[in-house]
Amino acid sequence: MTDKSHDPNQMTGAAMIVRALIDHGVQHVFGYPGGAVLPIYDEIFQQSEVEHILVRHEQGAGHAAEGYARSTGKPGVVLVTSGPGATNMVTPLTDALMDSIPLVCITGQVPTHLIGNDAFQECDTVGITRPATKHNWLVRDVNDLARVLHEAFYVATTGRPGPVVVDVPKDVQFATGTYHPPRKSDVHVSYTPRVKGDATQIRKAVALLANAKRPVIYSGGGVINSGPEASQLLRQLVEATGFPITSTLMGLGAYPASGPNWLGMLGMHGTYEANMTMHDCDVMLCVGARFDDRITGRTDAFSPGSKKIHIDIDPSSINKNIRVDVPIIGDCGNVLGDLLQVFKAEAKKPDIKAWWQQIAQWRARNSLSYRKNNDVILPQYAIQRLFELTRGKDTYITTEVGQHQMWAAQFFGFEEPHRWMTSGGLGTMGYGLPAAVGVQVAHPDSLVIDIAGDASVQMTIQEMSTAVQFELPIKIFILNNQYMGMVRQWQQLLHGNRLSHSYSEALPDFVKLADAYGCVGLQAHKPADLDGAIKEMISIKRPVLFDCRVAALENCFPMIPSGKAHNEMLLPEEATDEATAKAFSGGKALV
Amino acid sequence: MNQPASAYFLEERHDPNETHTLSVLVQNEPGVLARVIGLFSGRGYNIDSLTVSETENQKHLSRITIVTTGTPMVIQQIKHQLDRMIPVYRVVDMTLTGSSIERELAMVKVRGGGDHRVEALRLADAFRARVIDATTESFVFEITGNSSKISQFIDLMRPLGLVEVSRTGVAAITRGPEGM
Ligand SMILES: Cc1ncc(C[n+]2csc(CCOP(=O)(O)OP(=O)(O)O)c2C)c(N)n1
Ligand SMILES: [Mg+2]
Repeated sequence: MTDKSHDPNQMTGAAMIVRALIDHGVQHVFGYPGGAVLPIYDEIFQQSEVEHILVRHEQGAGHAAEGYARSTGKPGVVLVTSGPGATNMVTPLTDALMDSIPLVCITGQVPTHLIGNDAFQECDTVGITRPATKHNWLVRDVNDLARVLHEAFYVATTGRPGPVVVDVPKDVQFATGTYHPPRKSDVHVSYTPRVKGDATQIRKAVALLANAKRPVIYSGGGVINSGPEASQLLRQLVEATGFPITSTLMGLGAYPASGPNWLGMLGMHGTYEANMTMHDCDVMLCVGARFDDRITGRTDAFSPGSKKIHIDIDPSSINKNIRVDVPIIGDCGNVLGDLLQVFKAEAKKPDIKAWWQQIAQWRARNSLSYRKNNDVILPQYAIQRLFELTRGKDTYITTEVGQHQMWAAQFFGFEEPHRWMTSGGLGTMGYGLPAAVGVQVAHPDSLVIDIAGDASVQMTIQEMSTAVQFELPIKIFILNNQYMGMVRQWQQLLHGNRLSHSYSEALPDFVKLADAYGCVGLQAHKPADLDGAIKEMISIKRPVLFDCRVAALENCFPMIPSGKAHNEMLLPEEATDEATAKAFSGGKALV
Repeated sequence: MNQPASAYFLEERHDPNETHTLSVLVQNEPGVLARVIGLFSGRGYNIDSLTVSETENQKHLSRITIVTTGTPMVIQQIKHQLDRMIPVYRVVDMTLTGSSIERELAMVKVRGGGDHRVEALRLADAFRARVIDATTESFVFEITGNSSKISQFIDLMRPLGLVEVSRTGVAAITRGPEGM
């Protein structure tokens, strides 16, 4: 071959890609082959350090990589072909961008001389994925490839994590060039995420916390992303201050649901006590959350009397939706560590007994209550039973999007971070099943359950086949209400009960479908059958599709109605037809 | 008839708008301008003027000057959003420095004869615009200055036979010895 063949760093672009994956400690890649990535697939074939998980649709690869990343803290890696392979990745990339999940996606591209010619399976991948990624690159020269790949891993995993795309034309994959292992100079000098919080700001925050009468800690996905250490520090801070704590959908598990200071989730379908505490507090400590519109309700009525401290690694999250008094830019774990140290050295636990008494009254409203039913399975009850029967097991939960997702968040108690994978920012139906595949790849011996809806699950059901091929015993627990329940709920509450296209017509027989895929199908119709069926599901060491037939018309409460503030929640026992109509009619003026 | 309600908050807040000039130092690599423009269009920010050119070619640095309009919160967002883009080194709000100089260049083509021609020349002289092309029936003037001076000049040329205008957009720099 060439005269340089003795140099171990001389290799083809395709070989560099596999080599870079190995150098970054990647053990699993989720992907789907095609013409523009065949040289890379050829390299994958000839090695055994990186295992390739073949999905059935590129979107599945993306969500699987997201589940893998969120349950391990490592980046998820995806390999797809040009054109349709790349466009099928747009949804998971956007999902990962919204929820700050580190993904490295390698896409094949047509050869450089054909770019711009409308070649077969050409698309402007870098253009299409630009707003869907933290950053992306088109590599035109094989000698840039090593640097770009290393930079891609660095950008995806540092600062506010996110998805990146490296687009590699086929001729670059074939070309020979020089590889180098990761080194510091691979990264743009202009990219310098800030990790350590400003000491003066931290002192200001401690002064506010120390003098608080009605404090609350509001934590989010940033604490999870920062790593298990951050969750430990958060727990220590709650312990040291004695403050109540709530969290966003993305932050569940950072503080244990069984902890004494836990208020439950906040926001549109959060608990009454969490939202009331947020509304009436005098000092709010927001850690790694971003005042999203599902959290704040009406921004002009959001926690009107409080001083707000905001810890976030992304300066653009500060003052985006809500003005804060003490912003602290930095990594949640790092800042929490410093904050805790200063608090312990300079402050005492404030006396907030009266505040806790007030909270106890809100708690007594029991906002998650629902009436029992012996004839039909209520979805809330199904989640509660699933939670009880998996307690103490090594369990990971993923979800789809809809009512079932909110019920899972409300009724499944998470004791640890990295155990809960859900599509929060983008709200992607079809996320949960492939995400469960990814989680199970990372944790082959754990119990991985996708809490699914009958509509959502059909969006990526083909990944059952992936689960069967790779012997991944995921459990798909479908809360089958025969509706796009969340859509139906909005239509009922906001659109005069005109149920336009929200009925799940022509549902497949999920048990037969499971059978057809070579997994196990189970069904439960009656509350009395539920426990037995769940236990059976847990005991089966193969993929299971569980068709849990639940009440069709149940709605998800409590709920902050449209255009309302946190202290105007609609509680389940109040949600009679008239009260609901009244609560939502106020919103009409807003449209 | 009552419109249906929504669980989004459909009311807009209307804070007063401000106009700011931002200088953005970026790595000059393919697609960097598309990223900046995509950020503005994707997030619904305004671009009143945009100027870009490589300024330090050994270091592959380009300087983008953007004039934008928005509420104070939006302007702050724009700066943060620009700053967190990977190839962006620095974002400086020239309007906040309080001591920046802004210039724009325009070429203005005017066609006509007689009194109009004489008047156009006289005004050009008053505005320190130079004649860079002339025929018996037309002039092309080159004028530099801040944007409002240029707009004023163009307005004055309109009744005198304005044919077309080409403007560069705003370039800005701070006064004093320090760089950005
Ligand atoms: C890809 C995608 N398309 C549409 C929506 C809008 N949407 C949100 S929830 C929902 C219905 C979900 O139905 P199902 O999966 O049965 O869950 P349920 O609400 O009944 O529990 C729809 C259509 C979405 N979130 N994602
Ligand atoms: Mg449903």
